[in-house]
Amino acid sequence: MAKILAVDDSASMRGMVAFTLRGAGYEVFEAENGELGLDAARGAAYDLVLADVNMPVMDGISMVRQLRAMDTYKGVPILMLTTESHTEKKMEGKAAGATGWLVKPFDPEQLLATVKRVLG
Amino acid sequence: MSAVDLTQFHKTFFEESQEGLDAMESALLALDSGSTDTELVHTIFRSAHSIKGGAATFGFVDVAAFTHVAESLLEEVRSGRRPVEPPLVDVLLRSVDCLRVMLRRSSAGQPVADAESEELRAELASLVSGQDEGVQPPPAESVSTSAGWRIDFAALPHLLQTGNDPLRLFRELQQLGQLDVIRAFIVDGAPATLAEVDPTLCYLGWELHLQGAASRSDLDAVFDWLDGDCVLEIHPLSTGGSAETENVSSSSPVATDPSRRDASPPGIVKVATDIPAAVRETPIAPAEGSSIRVDIDKIDALINMMGELVITQSMLSEIGENFQQSQLEVLREGLVQLERNTRELQESVMRIRMLPIASIFNRFPRLVRDLERKLGKQVKLELQGEHTELDKTVLEKIGDPLVHLVRNAIDHGLESPSRRKAVGKSETGTLKLNAYHEGSNIVVQISDDGAGLNRDAITAKALQNGLISSGQELSDAEVADLIFQPGFSTAAQATDLSGRGVGMDVVRRNVRDLGGSVSVRSVSGKGSTFTIALPLTLAIVDGLVTAVGGERYIVPLISIVESLRLKASDVRKVAGGGEVFHFRDAYLPIMRLHRSFACHEAVMDIERGIVVVVEEDGRRVGLLVDDLLGQQQAVVKSLEAHYRRVQGISGATILSDGSVALIVDVGGVVHMGRQSKAA
Repeated sequence: MAKILAVDDSASMRGMVAFTLRGAGYEVFEAENGELGLDAARGAAYDLVLADVNMPVMDGISMVRQLRAMDTYKGVPILMLTTESHTEKKMEGKAAGATGWLVKPFDPEQLLATVKRVLG
Repeated sequence: MSAVDLTQFHKTFFEESQEGLDAMESALLALDSGSTDTELVHTIFRSAHSIKGGAATFGFVDVAAFTHVAESLLEEVRSGRRPVEPPLVDVLLRSVDCLRVMLRRSSAGQPVADAESEELRAELASLVSGQDEGVQPPPAESVSTSAGWRIDFAALPHLLQTGNDPLRLFRELQQLGQLDVIRAFIVDGAPATLAEVDPTLCYLGWELHLQGAASRSDLDAVFDWLDGDCVLEIHPLSTGGSAETENVSSSSPVATDPSRRDASPPGIVKVATDIPAAVRETPIAPAEGSSIRVDIDKIDALINMMGELVITQSMLSEIGENFQQSQLEVLREGLVQLERNTRELQESVMRIRMLPIASIFNRFPRLVRDLERKLGKQVKLELQGEHTELDKTVLEKIGDPLVHLVRNAIDHGLESPSRRKAVGKSETGTLKLNAYHEGSNIVVQISDDGAGLNRDAITAKALQNGLISSGQELSDAEVADLIFQPGFSTAAQATDLSGRGVGMDVVRRNVRDLGGSVSVRSVSGKGSTFTIALPLTLAIVDGLVTAVGGERYIVPLISIVESLRLKASDVRKVAGGGEVFHFRDAYLPIMRLHRSFACHEAVMDIERGIVVVVEEDGRRVGLLVDDLLGQQQAVVKSLEAHYRRVQGISGATILSDGSVALIVDVGGVVHMGRQSKAA
């Protein structure tokens, strides 16, 4: 089953995302900021990365930019978890190399649908 | 209803929101006192943003709506469009307070929004200068009745590198209707030979026909993520006209095209309308139990200890397998190691419950700021030792007494700026909070450079309340102690008293319940210092094991001043049958523990027993016991939970020989001693 890296500073959001995806059979690793996310990404090959935008230490945009600079993450799908009120963040995320986004708030069904959309 | 039960994440959400609000508050206060650190603004924004996201996700619509407006305002600050000014900090601080209340109500399943929160939300909204897109009605869906679509789609070379895949698009389009690939082509600029092709780049384009009832917005949703990654033209099949033509490329960002908004639901309003009334009215079960966040280092230390313990255990069992007398020394060494492992493991386990006092200290900048404004005083707050760690239970219960002391220090201790100036002090008073380790205690000090305790006012009040009799000579310590007496003053009386006294007896009782003590030192005109000494943990007490009759009693070491053997001639009988003895310039009452606890066959002859002098809040008594058996760490077991509360006993423990010993509650015993003396 596909391995997913979920990066979000909010423990409740991370919990919800991880629980939902694990329930669908995915293997999920959690990280609570961009820097820890990068560490995790260096240590293992993930099939999909979910990244929150606003995080302390290192935000999601910077993390995506650095992920894309890594050979192993050239074509790996990366989805930004963003809010509707920050349309410009979507564009910033795209410019940094994100595949797409999932608009917050989302429910478990929306999350699964989007993940399936990317992972097939 | 979702298959995943979201309520399981509510508790985490409330906890992290609480932390977020604390962070917001500290950052706001730092900005208020003139800091220009931009990271502070980011912290505030991020906290509000997270709370909004979580609240919306978990269905706390009122909280989400409130934070949405606050976030819009903060976005203006973050982007530099709005300066940080005191009125803004004020309204944001009030918002933090309001959110605390709203979250508390949410977790208790009570109605969340009220007139006050709505008013504040309106105030925030009125400050936001930009349009609030979250509350705009979503644009009308552009429904197409076209029989199908012609899609000209050419990937830009970097398309694959963004993690997007044309195959995914085809898959999704197939779900919308019948998809035919009319033509596939290689785009201009592709390498001429296969050898030059970079497999991570894509030079392909397709002309596609999609037949079916798919709307334009369905198609837009499929290509939503590809803005800037492809050249896309979409025409209705029936007309072949150019009315629906759209060139999606980096030059026409999706975000600026309002007709595409509907591809993604607007955040807040969507949730608010999506939740059925029945769900909204269902009370949310209050968060049960409590949890603790533990630093990973502490857990790692614990695991390390555990590993060492296992090694020691296997070493010992190896010796045990075929033991020979010659191995005695090795066995001893192993046992010493086991003892060290056990102690270290115990310390590591205890440390898990330890949290920095910063969580309480951090409340004070706000409190001080509010009191400054309310009382017209100027206060400089100095915090020290915020990283000092305390047991979680102690930490939770020490908050209120500390708030009380800080409030009193500002209200009664520090003088008004004009008065301070008149007596030659700086107009700004200083309030210091300090926390530090001292032996097996944590000491928290609250000191101010105010007027100090007013001896005359305190004695007058005590006289009036019958706590002392006229003509009684009191030392400074005794006068200071009066303010902790129950009935010394009430809030109403305290206002006309320049000293202190509002509920100090409550402060002392709370601290005492935690096994701690509180005292005050004051210099007239220079200020006062309140000192709270707290045990590191409530679970373990360092005690002296004493024998009384056939029983064992443990006296906490912290309370012991000295142990001594008296001669019969040292003891004086006083009226009422009490006994006293002379100790360091004072007469102390003797309490025969065997009498207090009704023990049989105890040593009755005072010359054969031992007197342990204990102290609680500056009061000393001598406890007569048969013998001292040694020092031991006792794991405290609640007597109340298994039996009932017993005066003079704080708990029970199990000794190394398996017998049960009771732990003496020194405060209670001193109190009993004073009662019997009075009787």
